[in-house]
Amino acid sequence: MSLDKDAVRAIANLARIEVRDEELDHLAGELSNILHFVEQLSEVNTDGVLPMSSVAAMTLPMRKDAVTDGGIPDLVLANAPEAEDGFFTVPKVVE
Amino acid sequence: MTNLTNLTLAEARDKLAKGEFTAVELTQAHLKAMEAKRALNAFIIETPELALEEAKASDLRRQAGTAGAMDGLPIGIKDLFCTKGVQTTAASHILEGFKPQYESTVSGKLKQAGAVSLGKLNLDEFAMGSSNKTSYFGAVENPWKRTSDPKAKLVPGGSSGGSAAAVAARMVMAATGTDTGGSIRQPAAFCGITGIKPTYGRCSRWGVVAFASSLDQAGPMARSVRDCAIMLGAMAGFDPKDSTSVNMAAPDFEKALTGDIRGLKVGIPREYRPDGLSDEVTQVWERGIEWLKAAGATPVEISLPHTKYALATYYIIAPAECSSNLARYDGLRYGLRVPGKTLDEMYAKTRAAGFGAEVRRRILVGTYVLSAGYYDAYYAKAQKVRRLIAEDFRKAFETVDVILTPTAPTAAFGLDETNDDPVTMWLNDVFTIPTSMAGLPGLSLPAGLSADGLPLGLQLIGRPFDEETVFKVAGVMESAANFTAVPEGV
Repeated sequence: MSLDKDAVRAIANLARIEVRDEELDHLAGELSNILHFVEQLSEVNTDGVLPMSSVAAMTLPMRKDAVTDGGIPDLVLANAPEAEDGFFTVPKVVE
Repeated sequence: MTNLTNLTLAEARDKLAKGEFTAVELTQAHLKAMEAKRALNAFIIETPELALEEAKASDLRRQAGTAGAMDGLPIGIKDLFCTKGVQTTAASHILEGFKPQYESTVSGKLKQAGAVSLGKLNLDEFAMGSSNKTSYFGAVENPWKRTSDPKAKLVPGGSSGGSAAAVAARMVMAATGTDTGGSIRQPAAFCGITGIKPTYGRCSRWGVVAFASSLDQAGPMARSVRDCAIMLGAMAGFDPKDSTSVNMAAPDFEKALTGDIRGLKVGIPREYRPDGLSDEVTQVWERGIEWLKAAGATPVEISLPHTKYALATYYIIAPAECSSNLARYDGLRYGLRVPGKTLDEMYAKTRAAGFGAEVRRRILVGTYVLSAGYYDAYYAKAQKVRRLIAEDFRKAFETVDVILTPTAPTAAFGLDETNDDPVTMWLNDVFTIPTSMAGLPGLSLPAGLSADGLPLGLQLIGRPFDEETVFKVAGVMESAANFTAVPEGV
């Protein structure tokens, strides 16, 4: 699969990364090369093979559905670029 | 007094116990080395005051008879582990200034064992790279030099390049690393030190900045097999805060170093001789096989038929997981924020400014292979091939106890030998990635020097949760290799 500029623009938008127009050609080339490289997997017969999402031969452990901490808004907000009155702030989203 | 920075962890531990010197003296000697070797750029931040406080506290604990397994030993922490109140960046602009309000489980356990941290070590941005050149805080220089060209600066490997360089240059006695596709083992090989990626699930990932969660694993990097065994003992163990951490007590890894490997079967995979593998690497590998034979083990040729597909599999799965994990960097809760007129614009501008080229490339690849219409063709396909790779190992371990391979296809390369093709750069990890895909323990130890005076490493791969056999065999190889070379200025 080769990607063109429009495809790269669409992917960048999905990933929420702004890409300048003059970078699109170069990126399209790079990403296409990577995709060509990984497409060698099509040679491998995987009929009847289950996808492997984890190497751990275990089921996820359960824990009690209980509150284990809280009451630390100052710590939660300590690294916020912008915070106000105990909240994270964002640009206005409702007109 | 002995040169304190040349001791191994085990030696320093025993001498501290005998009272031959104090933790403060040991720490001061290393702080001096850290300062003297600052040009290597191994540290992103140094924390000498904290280190001295910790060393003083360690000496008090020793007087009180409550010293831990690593008490007073100076180490470095890869800047991927969250450290309470100490900047943690993952070598990315997007996390510059981030001060975690909590401590990662692994760095917390090391503190608990009494280890003294000298600071946070440089790495490839978000641990994505094999050269340490992708760090926002600048490349790290390998302390080793080519005999033919001692002026040329070489890479330390990556992503745990700062960890490897700092240990090799005797700035710290040991360091934490993390390994997703070879990030402990390849830099250990390039810098002539020992490092082990334990079995997936052995060390908690809680508080470690995530790259590819199904592969990421923390491990120790040090200057001997015994030192790695000591440090892994302090790092490993069940943690309810990481749902993939395995509920199994960590054994005393040091006890595994019996020196007796008689009767063990060592697998030699025939697929690990790709075209273009340097003769020097092949020779070191063959020498390694001879050492094991001489110690009473039996080499057995094995086949891992899906080896050649591991790299392609990795470069679908790792970017996919990274694109998902790195979605959290949104300019809202921590790190960099670049203003925008809308919320989406703020996200896009923040992430454009915050991520470097390699990280951006991987996020874009990952976004694509997970997107509707391509998921099955790329991501699901890669997950199936991953199972075949893991099966290759499972079958091989029905007949052998451990597997021996080279760690990397070449010795360290030049910092200025730029390579614009990401796929070529990825080939560095061709011998380490299959182990990661299968979640197995893999250790690299220095086995010799290239004709140009650079260290070459060999890798031992073990069964799941059988780090003990890996350590046992590595200990025998270490004695046979008698690797005493040191980098410039040590």
